[in-house]
Amino acid sequence: MPTHASHQEGRLRPAPESFLSDELISEVSQKGVDTQRRQLLRGAFAGALAGVSGLVIADDPNIIEVPEWSRSLGKAVATNPYGHPSIFEANNIRRQSPGLTQTDQASVAFTPLQNLFGCITPSGLHFERHHQGWVDIDPRRHRLMVNGLVKEPLVFTVEDLLRMPSVSRMHFLECGANTALEWGNSAVPTVQYTHGMLSGSEWTGVPLSLLLERAGYDQNANYLLAEGADGSGMTRTINLAEALEDAIVAYGQNGEMLRPEQGYPLRLVVPGVQGVSWVKWLRRLEVGNKPYATKDEASHYVDLMPNGQLRQYTAIQEAKSVITAPSAGQKLLSQGYYCITGLAWSGRGSVRKVEVSVDGGRNWQEARLEGQVSTKMLTRFNFDWVWRGEPALLQSRVHDDTGYIQPQRAALVAQRGTRSIYHNNAIQTWRVSPSGEVDNVQVG
Amino acid sequence: MFRWARSWMIGLIFLGSNAFAGDYLLALNALGRTATTAELSAWDIDVRPDFTGLPVGAGSVEQGEVLWLDQCASCHGDFGDSNEVFSPIVLGNITENDIQTGRVAALTDPAVVRTTFMKVATLSTVWDYINRAMPWTAPKSLAVDEVYALVAYLLNLAYIVDEDFVLSDKNIRDVQALMPNRNGMTEDHGLWSVNGVPDVVGSACTTNCAVNTTVTSSLPDYAMNAHGNLRDQMRDYGPFPGVQTAPAAQRSESQSTPSDTLDQRPDDLLSVSGCTACHQMNKALVGPGFSAIRDRYAGQDAAIYLANKIKQGGQGVWGSMPMPAMTKLDDTVVETLALWLASGQLNK
Repeated sequence: MPTHASHQEGRLRPAPESFLSDELISEVSQKGVDTQRRQLLRGAFAGALAGVSGLVIADDPNIIEVPEWSRSLGKAVATNPYGHPSIFEANNIRRQSPGLTQTDQASVAFTPLQNLFGCITPSGLHFERHHQGWVDIDPRRHRLMVNGLVKEPLVFTVEDLLRMPSVSRMHFLECGANTALEWGNSAVPTVQYTHGMLSGSEWTGVPLSLLLERAGYDQNANYLLAEGADGSGMTRTINLAEALEDAIVAYGQNGEMLRPEQGYPLRLVVPGVQGVSWVKWLRRLEVGNKPYATKDEASHYVDLMPNGQLRQYTAIQEAKSVITAPSAGQKLLSQGYYCITGLAWSGRGSVRKVEVSVDGGRNWQEARLEGQVSTKMLTRFNFDWVWRGEPALLQSRVHDDTGYIQPQRAALVAQRGTRSIYHNNAIQTWRVSPSGEVDNVQVG
Repeated sequence: MFRWARSWMIGLIFLGSNAFAGDYLLALNALGRTATTAELSAWDIDVRPDFTGLPVGAGSVEQGEVLWLDQCASCHGDFGDSNEVFSPIVLGNITENDIQTGRVAALTDPAVVRTTFMKVATLSTVWDYINRAMPWTAPKSLAVDEVYALVAYLLNLAYIVDEDFVLSDKNIRDVQALMPNRNGMTEDHGLWSVNGVPDVVGSACTTNCAVNTTVTSSLPDYAMNAHGNLRDQMRDYGPFPGVQTAPAAQRSESQSTPSDTLDQRPDDLLSVSGCTACHQMNKALVGPGFSAIRDRYAGQDAAIYLANKIKQGGQGVWGSMPMPAMTKLDDTVVETLALWLASGQLNK
């Protein structure tokens, strides 16, 4: 039987051309079909049909022979009292990008977006970004102070907060520096490193407004300082009026208490705003009438413009989307049907529409939005695609409910240059080669 | 606006129709308590751009230099110019003219490394951050006057003040007026508010759009394996397995983590003691890897020598970066760590 480069044992090949040899395909396409080649083709199809019928009737030993898991006693309940992923999922872990930072305590571990489904990030795979290492705080000794322009400065224990009326909301969390490595050129090999400072979770806690009303905040105040209890004493200035709308002093994440890496026992949830403002190990909220110019809003997390000015207090994560599979570093095993899948989100509201292009942005078609579309939360999109071995440039583009449309990289760079580090929400391009290999490229 | 605030009020009005509404509000407001004056002063440490919150005190460039060499130089370099552990704090590229205009011109030059003092507009930021977060392994351990002295030393390194300068709460506003990039920030952008106006919006074109689809950038072959074998980073069955990027000799059937060359590891002790700020297990960071130290002193009964090195610090054995004296560690901790480095054992 003739072989084809992409032929795999045990795989049905519905398209007859897959059974032709590379040499024959090349000859036919160059010289056309003459009598001799027509006979060769006929022979190949006959072989292919024989092959197909052979494959169809070949018995699958996984069915014929009883596997060990079907003829043995399984493990007892509570063998793993917390539970672990399957041992076959060992590749699905957070990873660092070598050379990104010099110290492991002020660094990033990225979420493996390429391996995930839906729009909830498993808590153990939620990306990590710490500024002076992570700590595991005894909740009995943790306190939250509310002070500044309030009638009565207050102290809450974690127990107090757990007793209060709670809300649970789904929100994305994206670092302002997500995709920062890609401003100048394609720099990292997979979506884990280009977009993996991103997560979606259900957050549970007390509405910020409830605590500030209890303290009697000054209605003329515009700003809120959030401060962490870790070594860095992380501090960020928050837009008070907007935080009163939807910010949460959260203790819960995806049904359990926050992970220590995510701020156990308290973190501020500021929907739509970059991750650095979601202060972890939250110990203090100060109501104020001026911004605070803390280190991470005066030296870092400032966006350098081509004229040398630094944009300060850039907080909102504008609408963005990315195809998570197929994505760079992966390989399409054969031609045929694929479901292109990815994530879209907007810090200004909800996803209205996602479009996918397979030709580098020349033509776009609408993707399906899966599941519930929530405000300031990840939305999963899917797109049917038949790959026939041609080179392709895959892109996705989101529209949010404010009418904003995700820009091409060239448009973003034309306005902001390539040195602003933060808030890169450009359209991402993945290149599919005829071999099926996918890599990270930029077009323009 | 105040959506939740309203919903709480509506809830209370609803509850008002029964006798428990007052109880509910009262009981809810009984959660939490008034903060005491001492608690507020212990935690309300932030210093704002107008220096609200700045404690009274003073420190000289000279005092700052001593503190710097002792507690800061091992990460930041003697002159705040090191790029080994953190981005440089000061590294030239600030001119007299910048100090005059309050705009650092070199920020427009892509070839220039951006330093803290080239960017930061507010001196309060520097004071506040050193006070709350430094030194790296012992945050919040500096006295107020020590923070003033360290800020003074940095200002001198940046040529903003002279070497005989004494910074204090009295003159800090005068120094603020000399900050080289004090006029370099802008809030003229759409990213502060959810209702802000975007500076760039994409095209809505869907058919035959005029875009350039020429590939202008991709990873060179030699960089494809820089993050490890991509084959091992994807789900290894299903439609999209990973591309094999490792050289044939380095491929493994099962994924493995770098093997630990030491028999037992006092990870918690190394972390709490601050060692891991500069040392990693199997590779050099600022200082040598623990495994390299062990290899060098294997079979030499070097526990006492290593204990002294930890306590007293040193320079030159492994390179020019000095190791600070770890004077704050208990002797038992030092002995445990030294014994472990010398023998690989945690207990005698």
